[in-house]
Amino acid sequence: MKSVDFLYAALAAFALIHGAYIVILYTRYRKLSQELKELKK
Amino acid sequence: MKKAFPFLALITAVLVGYGFYLGLFVAPTERTMGEVQRIFYFHAPSGWTSFWLFFTNLVASVVYLIRRNPKADALAVASAEVGVVFCTVVLVTGPLWARPVWGIWWTWDMRLTSTLVLWLIYVSYLLLRRFSEGTQTPILAAVLAIFGALDVPLVYFSIWFFRTQHPQPVIGNGGSLDPSMRPAFWMNVLAFSCFGALLCWVRYRIEIMQREAGEAEARQSLHAAPAIATRPAYRGGTQ
Repeated sequence: MKSVDFLYAALAAFALIHGAYIVILYTRYRKLSQELKELKK
Repeated sequence: MKKAFPFLALITAVLVGYGFYLGLFVAPTERTMGEVQRIFYFHAPSGWTSFWLFFTNLVASVVYLIRRNPKADALAVASAEVGVVFCTVVLVTGPLWARPVWGIWWTWDMRLTSTLVLWLIYVSYLLLRRFSEGTQTPILAAVLAIFGALDVPLVYFSIWFFRTQHPQPVIGNGGSLDPSMRPAFWMNVLAFSCFGALLCWVRYRIEIMQREAGEAEARQSLHAAPAIATRPAYRGGTQ
């Protein structure tokens, strides 16, 4: 593995961790918005 | 939230994009480490962001213990969770930087070990919040947060007071960062701070919504309770 490959791996890890967290937050937000809408009916 | 969010998200995306551009393409290549040193431009700012998020968690926890303000408790949860995400980035990108430079993925020196302990403390904080039920949970979590925050200065000052494998501080105490690398570094500190603040705000809103949903559900079941009570009792037998 070349030195620069570790940089790419770190960039991929950064994108994966934050990407996964943003998806989790978005899913939670959508679910809760729906739930609140139904509860307020 | 709905109105301000796209605007703030756009500003944050531009800042993070520009920070990455400076760190990956504009900042000079370090002489001994080469290209892999560019990990520094998102490793160190992630560490800083996790520090101030854990500090926010500490302040919010103290406010909650004094005033029993549920909004402070919600902010404490949000900042701890986002702080753990940034700390995870630090713990993953660190070994990826260490392997080609030090020849090892990990060593149990003071800076690395105290960072891992910090991450474990806040993960246990989140697990406590997730799995413990009852009115005492926010109080227990706030106390744990105060003890957890004690590890933050230990992580920061570990490279000043102990002999470690980790590079010396780039900020304060003389600072070992080359002046030509500073714009990219500070830009990323600003960009990551905005990114962390935005995620924390979104997570805080979600926490508030979760509590509202819980309260609404409790109110509904309270209204439904008399109807259940007045229903004729089941007397057995088959239909």
